[in-house]
Amino acid sequence: MTEVTAITRPSQQQLAEVALTTAEYDHLVALIGRQPNALELGIVGALWSEHCSYKTSRPLLQRLPTTGPRVVQGPGENAGAVDIGAGLACVFKIESHNHPSAIEPYQGAATGVGGILRDIFTMGARPLALLDSLRFGPLDEPRQRHLFEGVVAGIGGYGNCVGVPTVGGEVYFDASYRQNCVVNAMCVGVVEHAKLTRARAAGAGNLVLLVGADTGRDGIHGASFASVVLDEASESRRPAVQVGNPFLEKCLMEACLELAGQPGVVAMQDLGAAGLTGSAAELAHRGGCGIEIDVARVSRRETGMSAYEVMLSESQERMLLVVTRERLAAVRETFARWDLHSDSVGVIFDEPRLIVRDGGDIVADLPVETAVSGAPVRQPVGALREQPQDASPPPPPSPWPAGETLLRLLAAPNIGSRRGIFRSYDHQVGGATVVLPGGDAAVVRVPGTSLALAVSTDGNARYSALDARRGAAIAVCEAARNVSATGAVPVGITNCLNFANPERAEVYDALRASIEGIAEACRAFDIPVVSGNVSLYNDAPSGGIDPTVVIGMVGVIDDVERHCTAAFSVDDDLVALLGPIGTELGGSEYLRLVQGAGDGEPPHVDLQLEARVQAFVREAIAAGLLRSAHDCAEGGFAVAIAESCLLGGRGAWVGIEELERESADPAGEAGILFGESQSRFIVSFPREALVQLHDLSSRRQVPFAGIGSVGGERLVVTGAIDVPLSELREAYEGALDAPA
Amino acid sequence: MRFGIAVFPGTWSDRDCARAVTLAGHEPVMLWHKDRDVKDADCVILPGGFSYGDYLRCGAVARFAPLMDAVTEFAAHGGLVWGICNGFQILCEAHLLPGALSRNQSLQFRCEPAYLRVETTVSPFTSGCTQGDVLQIPVSHGEGRYVADDETLDMLERDGRVALRYVAADGSAVGARSPNGSMRDIAGVLNQGHNVLGMMPHPERASEALLGSDDGMRLFESVSHAVRHGDSFANIW
Repeated sequence: MTEVTAITRPSQQQLAEVALTTAEYDHLVALIGRQPNALELGIVGALWSEHCSYKTSRPLLQRLPTTGPRVVQGPGENAGAVDIGAGLACVFKIESHNHPSAIEPYQGAATGVGGILRDIFTMGARPLALLDSLRFGPLDEPRQRHLFEGVVAGIGGYGNCVGVPTVGGEVYFDASYRQNCVVNAMCVGVVEHAKLTRARAAGAGNLVLLVGADTGRDGIHGASFASVVLDEASESRRPAVQVGNPFLEKCLMEACLELAGQPGVVAMQDLGAAGLTGSAAELAHRGGCGIEIDVARVSRRETGMSAYEVMLSESQERMLLVVTRERLAAVRETFARWDLHSDSVGVIFDEPRLIVRDGGDIVADLPVETAVSGAPVRQPVGALREQPQDASPPPPPSPWPAGETLLRLLAAPNIGSRRGIFRSYDHQVGGATVVLPGGDAAVVRVPGTSLALAVSTDGNARYSALDARRGAAIAVCEAARNVSATGAVPVGITNCLNFANPERAEVYDALRASIEGIAEACRAFDIPVVSGNVSLYNDAPSGGIDPTVVIGMVGVIDDVERHCTAAFSVDDDLVALLGPIGTELGGSEYLRLVQGAGDGEPPHVDLQLEARVQAFVREAIAAGLLRSAHDCAEGGFAVAIAESCLLGGRGAWVGIEELERESADPAGEAGILFGESQSRFIVSFPREALVQLHDLSSRRQVPFAGIGSVGGERLVVTGAIDVPLSELREAYEGALDAPA
Repeated sequence: MRFGIAVFPGTWSDRDCARAVTLAGHEPVMLWHKDRDVKDADCVILPGGFSYGDYLRCGAVARFAPLMDAVTEFAAHGGLVWGICNGFQILCEAHLLPGALSRNQSLQFRCEPAYLRVETTVSPFTSGCTQGDVLQIPVSHGEGRYVADDETLDMLERDGRVALRYVAADGSAVGARSPNGSMRDIAGVLNQGHNVLGMMPHPERASEALLGSDDGMRLFESVSHAVRHGDSFANIW
């Protein structure tokens, strides 16, 4: 082998370009015993970026529970997988595309969808559903509307073309996202256990096949770019944002799904962050072997590309496969049938080194271990202070009568109908969407079985800003509650942790507290975290984002016919409040409405009670006792009832005098109606189920209060609200409309 | 009977159509875009999707696929051809149907329930319905606004070739609720021989009550009845 030519010590500017600190550089030199050359420096810069190496969050993430009887694949692969019965595994993951979306919303979001789809079909699983969790600044600001509409169009543009339904997600608007929007995409797929494919290279002499798009100069340094604070110069980094080709992705997906489980297909790995560098290194690292890539064999979109550019390009819609020599021709034949180009670009060998060749010359040679996990852990000096907690001042009285407050809440951008968004997404392709977006969790049946999956993404950053640990625990609770409201048993979590610059002590503390909050809730419900993603440096000179924990939850329904929705569907059914009579207004949308910000102490959560309430709902649905179940979330009790009315096209009559008497809270009516206390559902059921439900509630120690009945054309809360359904609908449906 | 289901690169309703065909008790046969025959199918479905990415114009590339020569010939001999969504766009591009599908009036992709009034039962696709029936069948497209010149539209109306029309749920005029702003609210069009139907909505998605509607199955059942009884609609009118 030829020696790799060493270079002189890089300048500060060269280090900044690859986002390495001087200390990290020195650590690298110590590890490899020489100065790296420019390509090696670029490779290590990408692989040691926060985006690829998790150097800040790794020690904290180890606190998450990741095991359980259903876990087939925990964190560390392209996606996690849990057993769902019938010989199948559900494969799912959530990932951020915040930085690119802030610069170029359409392509940033589109390629985020493309990337998460590849993570799923790379494992041999057919994607069944997409979800997106979005955060923007206030919608009445033109730039925020531009970002919001661009992101929604990009998600639709990509997902609709590929033919995977977008069935759910959420969107919130808050000033903390003005400079840094959050775009998290989640994908859920299903695979037979025998076809589950891993990204683990093996077998000296096996070949490395690069498939899909030709490699261009797009997206170079994308991973590094995603790991620094956005500033005024970020606009000029537009070339670091890639452009998606969903049609190519569709063909790639079909071909890869044909190949999954075939003999001779040893491993599959998509090209994402850090392009060919990241994929090759990951394949070798997981397999404990070496990999050699010859950039001269890589098909290019442009002439004159250097080895550096080829290795660090983030051109989309590309896959790397490890195949045996005997099966190479057959595998290439499958790709050719889909009109996909494939190049044999490298080889696997035993010694764990990452070698890059340019024809006859070796241009980089690094130990795999150093490249992938050599990054020194960044342990910012956490202050570990108690989070400042405002003593809750008494909530101000609403300036409006309760009925009008309800209408204003329904029209609030954080609560109102998302129909305008989800009707621009194909949410039905695949013929599996049983519960459409707009309720608690979407329900997608698993083709060829009686099973269905309930999927939801949740996270209330307002709570997290006020108390990171509690906010994160509540995100898990709410996701599990949404899934339980359909009758599904939660079986696994994927999480996306979006934070500001972790080098600031308070951000690092919030990250640590959030992970502890997630872990605590997961343990209480016995749900493992099987995959996830961390997005740090969502920061700007004017301030960073609030801690934004997004929980993607998957639940299983054994008999799809036994699912439940949030809609009041039959007149004369009874309505009940399940769970505590809460009146907590801290961090609520009500406070945001009446005083401009949701301050105070966020709602408390009793994880044991939460677990009991959710189990009760699932049991009652499985027993066929409930006609609807809807969790109380933003906007509280009154908004939850209004949403069930709107979904079912039916009014309701509800009395709250007894609740007020029992709660004896000074917040009184506003607290009962609009408080966001946790662990609560609004349920409806036929009269004949009342006795059984009562019995069940006392056996399961779950508070159960009959409050009214379904019917009519108005929502009446005695003594407080009396509004025709048509007015509720008008307020709710117009919430996200652009100003005329 | 056999339903041939075309698969172009970028087609995504192929498996949904196959499931609906199976539910109707028939055999689906996939037809690859590079194939040059329709494999003895009794009816060929051109399903929804983004054939070849729809990058030039929806359906504009697919019409040149080798399979389309076979489909054109099959249709010329009276074979039943059913274009759904992207398939309708392909049929217009291939001039097997008049008119064109342009960008939705909203300029947005729309995936939502639609209501279709059966305008004629003189076709193998609608013979099992009653004229005036309202079917709930969802749409999902960005370019589904049916356009043609007045002369063509008049001719289609006069010859009973408007098969399906968008209406409100109660059967009244759809007005501003049209999913795409199609001229004269046209949702589905027949060729002169009534053996070729193009429609934007997705009957295969309305194949089970569990999915919200099974009205789409009435169209599949019409086709199987027509094939079984060798019904000919070309010379009825």
